[in-house]
Amino acid sequence: MASTAEGMKSLLEDRVVKSKWPARLDLAQSLSGLGLGLFMWTHLILVSSILFGKDAMLAITHVMEASFLTPDEAGGYTLIPALTAVGVFGLFIVHACLAMRKFPSDWKAHKTFRSQMAMMNHSDTNGWYTQVVTGFIMFFLGSVHLYIMATQADKIGPQLSADRMWTYGMWPLYLILLFAVEMHGAIGMYRLAIKWGVFDGKDPRATRKRLKVLKTLVTVFFLSLGLASLAAYVKIGIENVENNRVGERYVAGQEG
Amino acid sequence: MSQSNGTAQKGRTLKFHILRFDPQLKGDKPRMETFEIEEQDSMTIFIGLNEIRKKYDASLQFDFVCRAGICGSCGMVINGRPDLACRTLTNTFPDGEITLLPLPAFELIGDLSVDTGKFMRNMSERMENWIHEEPDAEPRKLTVLEEKMDPDVATEIYELDRCIECGCCVSACGTARMRKDFLGAVGFMHVARFEMDPRDKRTDEDWYDLIGDDDGVFGCMSLMGCEDNCPKDLPHQNRIAYLRRKMVSAGT
Repeated sequence: MASTAEGMKSLLEDRVVKSKWPARLDLAQSLSGLGLGLFMWTHLILVSSILFGKDAMLAITHVMEASFLTPDEAGGYTLIPALTAVGVFGLFIVHACLAMRKFPSDWKAHKTFRSQMAMMNHSDTNGWYTQVVTGFIMFFLGSVHLYIMATQADKIGPQLSADRMWTYGMWPLYLILLFAVEMHGAIGMYRLAIKWGVFDGKDPRATRKRLKVLKTLVTVFFLSLGLASLAAYVKIGIENVENNRVGERYVAGQEG
Repeated sequence: MSQSNGTAQKGRTLKFHILRFDPQLKGDKPRMETFEIEEQDSMTIFIGLNEIRKKYDASLQFDFVCRAGICGSCGMVINGRPDLACRTLTNTFPDGEITLLPLPAFELIGDLSVDTGKFMRNMSERMENWIHEEPDAEPRKLTVLEEKMDPDVATEIYELDRCIECGCCVSACGTARMRKDFLGAVGFMHVARFEMDPRDKRTDEDWYDLIGDDDGVFGCMSLMGCEDNCPKDLPHQNRIAYLRRKMVSAGT
């Protein structure tokens, strides 16, 4: 009886007091998206260090592993990137759960949205659908990548990463993931700015126009950077196979 | 097709493709019908529709009252964009092809006529779109002048009061199309209007009770269909962002 009474009481409170959760969830969705977006841009910039050569990428890897804290400044604490991957994975799952609330709930809702897109051909409406599709792709591909990073953080480096791309056949996954992440992220950051009006200033409409241009530029920049980096890793991966060096760790200064 | 006189230039031929459907008529099925009329100087879609009704089919249904973009009756989807028929000039369509659909998200009365009234009334009652005084306030004496309002505030309120409840923002909103209970931009414009009004004593918590959920401001996915299709150019983007910030601070 007591539990029924408790249940009724909470039911009554639900009716009388508006839950604060929708506000918290909305904010959490935006903040988790912001965190992931900033992380991804930083991540790609760090990864693209390979474009400056193997030594540059190795140096970045060592910094990320806090090797400057080790006695000989050679190796590093691979637990740091592993824990980072676990943290990002957590944030990624939180963001996915929150964003899923907005997905079309059934086939009818999906069909209605598609017909709205066909009717209007409106860029921001279409952009949202792009986010749904790329988000869905990331559920799977992003999870694979994050799991590997969390469990094999010691295999990050100019040659081992390249081997992962080529010898272990991950490049198609990274290629799709690159497009999904960069499109999802740039649209998401633009939407965040609009949603919260953070840069509105005196003329919110002019701001939006500028943000749209910026969104396109950012997408093109990061896609180019990502494709170039991916190509560089694949090239090294192929060379490693040809030179019979698959699985060998790169040593600083090894190639001049 | 009417013949032009000797001096005036003959107008081009416009093709109106119009969705025809009468839900009241048993067995009637939605179909597109095409009507050709000659374009006149400064012709609006509304004038074109009258011409079609006069010349071809008196049973064509569409709504209008003011013919001046004030009443909000003649909203319809014009070449994919929700807009007012009385404010859209035919010369904005270079190829002369004009496709007209009834506003989605509203109950269809017939052809291009929809029942926005039911939606708007429901929205008004849900948001209690009237000035709320303090619960224990003395009844206002109608013989006493109201307190003066800051002209800047009055101007801002007036800016939002320009909403004519045409429904274009709701039809342009992918969220409103997918989720029947979503308030829609028209509701947010009214909330923003009353929230700004110093005579309305509702608190942030009161507003949170009205719009602090996914049917309200947290349901808005910032698709900006409202912002880009409002015939009155209301500041949807800016005001909805303002309400979101306000409701998050009230709710967290």
